[in-house]
Amino acid sequence: MSPLTLTANSRRVLERSTLLRSLGLVLLGGIVLYVVSGALGDYDRLQLATGAYYFAALAGLTMLIGCSGQISLGHGALMAVGAYTVVLLIGDNDWSVVPALVAAVLVSCAVAVPLGAAASRLRGPYIAGATLAVAVGLPALADRFPNAFGGSNGLIINPPTPPSWLGSNFSLEHWEAWIACAGALVVLFVLYNLTHSGVGRSLRAVRGDEIAAALCGLRIGRLQTLAFVISGGCAGLGGALLALVLQLAQPDAFPLQLSLTLLTGVVLGGLGSLSGAVWGAALLVLLPGWSSDIANSLSLSQNVGNNLPFAIYGLVLIAAMLVWPSGIQGGFMALRRLVSTRRRSTG
Amino acid sequence: MRFRRFSRVGPALAAVGLVCAVFATSVYASSNGGSTAPGVTATSITFGTHQPLTGPAAPGYDEIAPASQAYFDYVNAHGGVYGRKIHLIIKNDEYDPTLTVQVVHQLVLQDNVFGIFEGLGTPTHTKVVGFLNAEKVPDLFVASGCPCWDKGTAQPYTFGWQPNYTIEGKILGQYIKQHFGSEKVGVLYQNDDFGNGGLAGIEDEVAASHIVSKQPYESGATSLATQITALKASGAKVLVEFTVPIYTAIARITAYTLGYSPQLVVSNVGIDPHTVGDLLKSVSKGKVSGDALIDGAVTDGYLPSFSDTSNPWIKLFMKVKDQYDKSATFDGNVEYGMAAAYTLVQALEAAGQHLTRTDLIDAVDKYGGSWRGPGLVPFRYTKTEHGGYDGVQMAKVVGSSIDASGPVLSTPPTKGSPIVKYLGGQPAPPANGIPSD
Repeated sequence: MSPLTLTANSRRVLERSTLLRSLGLVLLGGIVLYVVSGALGDYDRLQLATGAYYFAALAGLTMLIGCSGQISLGHGALMAVGAYTVVLLIGDNDWSVVPALVAAVLVSCAVAVPLGAAASRLRGPYIAGATLAVAVGLPALADRFPNAFGGSNGLIINPPTPPSWLGSNFSLEHWEAWIACAGALVVLFVLYNLTHSGVGRSLRAVRGDEIAAALCGLRIGRLQTLAFVISGGCAGLGGALLALVLQLAQPDAFPLQLSLTLLTGVVLGGLGSLSGAVWGAALLVLLPGWSSDIANSLSLSQNVGNNLPFAIYGLVLIAAMLVWPSGIQGGFMALRRLVSTRRRSTG
Repeated sequence: MRFRRFSRVGPALAAVGLVCAVFATSVYASSNGGSTAPGVTATSITFGTHQPLTGPAAPGYDEIAPASQAYFDYVNAHGGVYGRKIHLIIKNDEYDPTLTVQVVHQLVLQDNVFGIFEGLGTPTHTKVVGFLNAEKVPDLFVASGCPCWDKGTAQPYTFGWQPNYTIEGKILGQYIKQHFGSEKVGVLYQNDDFGNGGLAGIEDEVAASHIVSKQPYESGATSLATQITALKASGAKVLVEFTVPIYTAIARITAYTLGYSPQLVVSNVGIDPHTVGDLLKSVSKGKVSGDALIDGAVTDGYLPSFSDTSNPWIKLFMKVKDQYDKSATFDGNVEYGMAAAYTLVQALEAAGQHLTRTDLIDAVDKYGGSWRGPGLVPFRYTKTEHGGYDGVQMAKVVGSSIDASGPVLSTPPTKGSPIVKYLGGQPAPPANGIPSD
């Protein structure tokens, strides 16, 4: 066999095997994140960790909306479920990080089951309404049961300590960035395989035309519930990572706004694509900082200056939706199509 | 055709790469290789603070940090401390603990501040005390009276400043016992360490049989109708409130519409007449004239009343405000910001010219207990006590001012310990308005 056929063979294997492709993607992502997290300063590592936990939640949500066509305004509450699980397990029961994260995913999946089952019976604005109620109601449980959940003060945990073999100079922020990025890569792996599998195709069929899909023998309710549960598990992992990075679970961390912000991130990044979720996460992390930097650089009166970051944030969102109606990822795809048609017509 | 599948992977990778590149733009910008303490040079020293500039706690409290800044500007114009100009980076955390964690990390790790000064709020600041002490960052004069700052051994870098809410609760409780001894007492309190600390103080002094209703509320709540209805039903004639200004206003409006008018006894953090008056006006959409509704409310103070314009400290602070914080109205919050800034300058003076983070902490531990300034009482600062002012003077809201009267009282926060009169008096401010070593 010549080397040429070998590479051709391996390429064919890669084309056939979603699993191998996703592993390659995770490996490459891991290397990039390893290098980047090593080069960054401690504050930027924290930003990276923030981006990673946002990515976990956004990727789950974008899969739900883009693949199965359901909308959820309740993912902020599912993040809260993950966060409280981790904090209660680590803080009260001294669990170590990995089992606590796994438990957080399982618990939020369990909470998502009835939600998903209810959502699969609803359509359009009614799903939005039902999930909205969850976003408003669930975090309020912490206030209702202050003995278990610490009320509005919330619960605090000690930061995860980096293992000793990493050396004494290895900062806490570096370790947090690693944990969060590892979580994000797991989400990437699972969702990449899901969307490229038969289940993903079935989900897209359901989104395209429910009646046609049902006639083909797909069980609509079951598929939609499945999508909701997986997406809820991702949100739970995102919340759990948030709790680890910030070392707290507190009702104010999961307001209704968070659910709306997640939706904003998904739409701005590009609905239904995992790269879109990367963009969305980056925007959610960087945009607030940029807008307050801009506001601070103009020396304005207190009342205007304090509120300007919100106005700038809003304006950027409006502008972005006008320029890239299909999100940043959609914008890039359109750009690439444009370039390739030009090349074809000239060539 | 062959590359079609790869093309799906491509954009994802490109996205990851680009995002990382964006993060990487600020690499090394934040690293500080030198051996000197972060945030301090020969000509400047930088502190950071987290403040609610927007959100539920913003009304009134958003004046505090700018007032501190104004006092620092005044000191800087007179040459600073040991030739160093004091800078204050103010970050908005919206009274949201998640944001507090983020902005404090940013201040310490990215902006390389020397310390955190006057971080505001109990639910907020409790989430960063662990981080600041782990990183050995001075965390001076937290703007909250939570008893939880007073742990010199466990949290050597954190210092409270205003009287601990339990001290305040005890003294308010004693006043209630003496003046409304036979009345039924109701308590409305924020359901966190702020409200619980105050409640503990009240319960230490007022007999349990007299407290007929204890109603907590959550910060962020939009209505207090349930709580006020319950308090009215309980027949409480004296209503004690451990509330931030917006909830003092909401409680008052709700009571007004329910026809419930108990004698108010409100923690000093929640009754600045200017702030609450404005809030009442806006909450009622102009239907009631603000401060008339809180006229006669009993409260306390640990600084001279801002409306006592004959006091030399108030004269000094008003002068500084007119020069460096022109847009503000002089009220209790502005006074608070300036007085806390004064204490920080005292600490910097005492820490000496060659400054490290531990020097500043040692200076407060060692000398803080003897510092006098605008406060009516001394501080409880020793190696193990990091509690702030150790007492208050009772006062009453009259119109748009606060009239202090009676003896200055002081007590330790411990349960059952006696309340005594403080007879040390208040010294006059230094001639140039700047503390000297």
